Amino acid sequence: MGVSGNGISSGGHRFGIGDSLMICLGIEGTAHTFGIGIVDSTGRVLANATRTYFPEQGGIHPREAAQFHAAQARAVLDEALKTAQIELGDVDLVAFSQGPGLGPVLRTAATAARALAVWLGVPIIGVNHCVAHIEIGRLTEGARDPVTLYVSGGNTQVIAFDAGRYRVFGETIDIPIGNCLDAFAREVGIPHPGGPAVERLAREGRNYIPLPYVVKGMDLSFSGLMTEAVRRYREGADIKDLCYSLQETAFAALVEVTERAVAHTEKREVMLTGGVAANNRLREMLKQMAEEHRAKFFVPPKEFCGDQGAMIAWNGILAYRSGYRQSLRETEVRQRWRTDEVEVTWRRS
Amino acid sequence: MLLKKGAEANIYLEPFAKVLHRAGEGKVVVKERIAKKYRIPALDQILREARTALEAKLLSDAKRAGVPTPIVYEVDRIGMRIVMEFIEGRQVKLVLDKLGKGERRKLCQTIGRQIARLHRAGMVHGDLTTSNMIVNSDGKVYFVDFGLGGYDPSTEERGVDLHLLRRALQSIHFRIADQAYAAVIAGYREELGKKAEEVIRRAKEIESRGRYVAKEERAWH
Repeated sequence: MGVSGNGISSGGHRFGIGDSLMICLGIEGTAHTFGIGIVDSTGRVLANATRTYFPEQGGIHPREAAQFHAAQARAVLDEALKTAQIELGDVDLVAFSQGPGLGPVLRTAATAARALAVWLGVPIIGVNHCVAHIEIGRLTEGARDPVTLYVSGGNTQVIAFDAGRYRVFGETIDIPIGNCLDAFAREVGIPHPGGPAVERLAREGRNYIPLPYVVKGMDLSFSGLMTEAVRRYREGADIKDLCYSLQETAFAALVEVTERAVAHTEKREVMLTGGVAANNRLREMLKQMAEEHRAKFFVPPKEFCGDQGAMIAWNGILAYRSGYRQSLRETEVRQRWRTDEVEVTWRRS
Repeated sequence: MLLKKGAEANIYLEPFAKVLHRAGEGKVVVKERIAKKYRIPALDQILREARTALEAKLLSDAKRAGVPTPIVYEVDRIGMRIVMEFIEGRQVKLVLDKLGKGERRKLCQTIGRQIARLHRAGMVHGDLTTSNMIVNSDGKVYFVDFGLGGYDPSTEERGVDLHLLRRALQSIHFRIADQAYAAVIAGYREELGKKAEEVIRRAKEIESRGRYVAKEERAWH
C-alpha cells in the first residue's frame, strides 16, 4: 500500500495559455490494486493513493478482489483528497480504468467513477490501463517516444507508437510473466508476492538449468517454462539455481522481443514499466540491450510502475484536452480492450 | 565485407577461397549469430547453436520441398555461422514495381506456389518480405533468411506468413499491392488446392486483429 503526493511536474506537457488549469481524479481497478490518483493538467501528481488485495491463498479471485475494492473505495478517496489538499468539488474530470482487466473489478471502479462524475456534474472518460502505464511513464520520465516493455501480473506486452496507435510488437500468448513468477513461487511454497522472493533466491543461483525458451516471431510464451520449472523443483533441483534459470530464461525472451521492436521501429528510447519492472535483473538486461542500440533507457519510479490512479487521471486529461468525449453509455467496461484498439487522440507522432 | 548488421546476426559476403577452400571460385554468404551480452553465456550458447542448426536445416528442407534457397556449404556450431551460396540476382523488392503487369503476375504466382510448398512440407518462413526473396536472370525466385522460420504445421503460423507478406507489399509496393497479393494467393491456391482456403481465411482474420506489423527489412543481398 502506498500513498504519495510528490508533486512531479512535467517538462513538455504544458498546454496552451488559453487552457485553464484542470484537475482530474483517476480511478484504477483492473486486478489486485484499487487506486485513486489526482493529477492536474500541468502534469503535477497531487495524490496517488492505493490499496492492494492479497488473496489468502492461491491466485486472485475476481469477485473477492472486487469486494475488497468496493470496501476500500471510500478510504482511498478520502486519503487521496487529503493528500492533494483539495475538496471533491475541485475535481473537473473523472477518469477510470475501462479495461482490460477482470470483469467484476473493472465494474466496481467504473461504478464508482460514474457515481462521482454524475454527482459532481463533470465529464467522465474511460482509459485503457496499458496505455495509461505508458503515458505516466512518458510524463514522469520525460520519455518522448519509447518502445515500452510492460510487464506485470496481468499483462506482458511490447508496445510502440506507430501510425496513430500504440501497436503491440510482441506479447504473451498464454500467461503474463508476473503470473509465471508468482505461480511458480506458489507451487514451490514461496508466499505471495513471489516475484521479489524469486529475485532474491536467483541472486544466489550459480548453475543454469536449461528451461523452455519460447519466442515465436513476436510472441512469447511462459506457461511451458513455468510447468517445467515446477517439475524440476519436484525432481529435487536446487531452488536457487531454479529461480536463477527461470529468471534468466524468461527475461532473455522478453528482452529479445523488445530488441526486435527497437530494431524494427528504429526508436531511440526504451522504457520498462509494470509491476515486474521492480526486478533489478530485468532492468539490468534491458538497459544493456538499450545501450547496445544507443537508445536511452527509462524506468519510472516504483510508485508509477505498479497499478495506480495517477496514470489513469493523467491519461484522462490527455484524452479530454485532445477533444475526446464519452457519454455515460460509452463507459461500459471492456475486459479485453486491446492496446492497439485505443484511439490515441492526443498524439500525432 | 559486412553486408548487413541485423538485430540477431551479421551477414558477410566473402570470397569462397577465403572461407571454404582455396581452389574454390566465386563468393559465399556468411551468416554469423552474434552473442548477446544481456543474456548469460550458457543460455546464449544454447540459443545461438539451436537457431544456427535450425536455419541450416530449414534451408535444405525448403530446397528439397521445391523452394529455391541458397545451398548450405557449412554449418559451424562453434562459430555460430552458416556459410552458404551467394545468389546472383536482385531482390524482388527492387524489381517488383518495375515489371510489366503480366511478368509481375507470373512472379507473384511463383512466390505463392513456393510458399505453398513450404507450408505443405510443414515449414513456415516467419519473415516473408520482398527483401527476403531474390530473383535471378532465369526468373527463379530464391527465399532467403529463415532466421525466424520453423517447423510448424498450424494454420495460425501459415496465416501469419501470408499476412506478413501482404503487409510488406502494402508498405513497400503500395501502388500494386492488391494485384500482387491476389497473384500470390492465386499461386498459393493452385499449389495447395482446397487446403489453401483455411490459411487464406486465417490470414484475413489476423489482419482484422490488427496486431502484426510488417517487419524490418532484413535481407542481405
